Amino acid sequence: MTFRPASYGACPVPANSADRIEMAHGGGGKLTQRLIDTVFKPAFAFSEEDLTGDSAAIGRSGSELAFTTDAYVVQPLFFPGGNIGSLAIFGTVNDLAMSGARPLAVSAAFVIEEGFALADLIRIVETMRDAAAQAGVRVVAGDTKVVERGKADGVYIATSGVGEIGSRTPIRPQAVRAGDPVIVSGDIGRHGMAVMAARESLGFEPPIESDCAPLFGPVSALIDGGIELHCLRDCTRGGLATALIEIARCADVTIAIKQAKIRISDPVRGACEILGIDPLYVANEGRFTAIVAGGDADRALTILQRHDKAAAIIGVVCEREGRTDAKIETIGTTRALDLQTGEQLPRIC
Amino acid sequence: MRYVDEFRDPDAARRVADAIAATVTRAWTIMEICGGQTHAIVRYGIDRMLPGMLSLVHGPGCPVCVTPPGIIDAACAIASRPEVTLCTFGDMLRVPGHEQSLLAARTGGADVRMVYSPLDAVELARENPEREVVFLAIGFETTAPTSAMAVLQAERKGLANFSLLSSHVLVPPAMRQLLGDPTNRVQGFLAAGHVCAVAGYRDYHAIARQFRIPIVVTGFEPLDILQGILLCVRQLEENRADVENQYRRAVRHDGNRTARAAVGQVFEVQGQAWRGMGRIEDSGLALRSRFARFDAFKRFPEVRVPTERQTPCISGEVLRGVRKPDECPMFGKLCTPEHPLGATMVSSEGACAAYYRYRRAPEAA
Repeated sequence: MTFRPASYGACPVPANSADRIEMAHGGGGKLTQRLIDTVFKPAFAFSEEDLTGDSAAIGRSGSELAFTTDAYVVQPLFFPGGNIGSLAIFGTVNDLAMSGARPLAVSAAFVIEEGFALADLIRIVETMRDAAAQAGVRVVAGDTKVVERGKADGVYIATSGVGEIGSRTPIRPQAVRAGDPVIVSGDIGRHGMAVMAARESLGFEPPIESDCAPLFGPVSALIDGGIELHCLRDCTRGGLATALIEIARCADVTIAIKQAKIRISDPVRGACEILGIDPLYVANEGRFTAIVAGGDADRALTILQRHDKAAAIIGVVCEREGRTDAKIETIGTTRALDLQTGEQLPRIC
Repeated sequence: MRYVDEFRDPDAARRVADAIAATVTRAWTIMEICGGQTHAIVRYGIDRMLPGMLSLVHGPGCPVCVTPPGIIDAACAIASRPEVTLCTFGDMLRVPGHEQSLLAARTGGADVRMVYSPLDAVELARENPEREVVFLAIGFETTAPTSAMAVLQAERKGLANFSLLSSHVLVPPAMRQLLGDPTNRVQGFLAAGHVCAVAGYRDYHAIARQFRIPIVVTGFEPLDILQGILLCVRQLEENRADVENQYRRAVRHDGNRTARAAVGQVFEVQGQAWRGMGRIEDSGLALRSRFARFDAFKRFPEVRVPTERQTPCISGEVLRGVRKPDECPMFGKLCTPEHPLGATMVSSEGACAAYYRYRRAPEAA
């Protein structure tokens, strides 16, 4: 068969992708980026600055505030290591922490499906109370809506948070320089695999527990330790790889990492191997990557290892190499990392 | 982690690559059959560790890729019926038929679900007696046993609302078809380890003899693949055409007898269309007449499976190892994972997807 441009119209192109929301629009990959660029960014006139971090700085003088918002739609609602309530609190305070901000207050809005068990709602709310206490933040405002049966998947929670920025210099991708070390605060892949295992009833033994946890503790330890922080990013949706690619694009650098340096627990590795899923792209809810000044590498690592022994320097920031955002060395060979397209799906055989 | 780390050891990989370089004296073309192997090769850059005289071409062993578009059309037609819940493997959802993919059908309102195993679909049928649950069964000898088990379980549970839309395919007939093609340039095979773990490799002796071609049953880790290549190259250099088993930790000569028995009980061999490769005799599995009530083709007799239309997509040539993905003028331009023109760009085991993911400088956001 040869290439015949004239017959292009006969190609089996999926008819849907142009005009309807697909699951992948929420996956944190290319389609999410496109949705932000084509729908939200023009509508709300976000500046490039607004879009480069997990939260926006809104102060004008004196102490600056950070503000962020997030919606939580996880299924199942309860999973080993947490539930939608702990995610809703930690997710939002962690977005603040990534700007170096101490969380001050959080609001929470609930969309609840008719027929949802009150006992489950109480469990979720009690978890949120405990999570907020752990993160040192108060839930100060809320809202509740109930929708008809079938119009929501149990409960959705949206939280917003305000924090006070504690670092003296702005922590953002543009501060990243060639030569900066790339540190990850612990082992990766727990949350995404815990949720997938719970959702699909994959009985891994022992069960994989979500890593969801507040991150301002280690961040403030870095700030208090005088570490020159250039960029912090929590490795949530899209995982470590996506976080690094986004930073590299904003900073116009290439980030080089080594597979052998990245810590992944055996249960998570095993689950990923079985399912054919790349742990680099699996969500975390209690891990972040810190890019710090070159001279602070060892001190920053020591501080982070006090919070989690698995913290590790996994790579280094390099001058931009063409179109490569990030690259990884595996068996002595190196390949580029790209944003994933769509959801990660388990392999067939 | 055991059975993983030792097979990804950089020093060991380098040693085997050096041994290959020391063995090769002339140009050879070897095909890895399985898409999982293709991905490992491209992901780890194994082809770049090899001497230039050695060429790896990618084979048809991607279960999603070889499923003909007509089957997807039929699955979409069945899924569009209000009483039907159609289940299949997640990887199958994005693959385009002639009109649309199952994912597009779902976005358009059809009840299409991703399952990890056909047994999950049986369970769904048991829990939802008012729904017609149809499992789109695709894949090679690897997935056929669980499809067979699903039918046997549905029978045991007395389910009247479960059926199988079978598009299972078999590897050895496709190897024969490739070797018989006048454009064939493959001189040695790395056979798919997982397929052989189920089916064994008894059928390969006749192929090796008839076509004078070495066949090495090979695993999926970087070191497995390098060792498979080394064994294959040694045979080629010594003018041998044997069947060897590199993947001994998983594969026995006769495969998994229990799995083979289940497949034989439920299915019979029939001619089957492959995407981009046409119809191959004795290369598919159809439900035996005893299980006709679980056969979706019989349950929905009005649904047709159209024959594959011509498109500019070269996936047929990619699947036969005639051309490489990046030799396609549409690769990475008109054809991307978001807008795939062929299945090989969609599936996680597809060669085009592997090249797109690992061999292409990322596009700007």
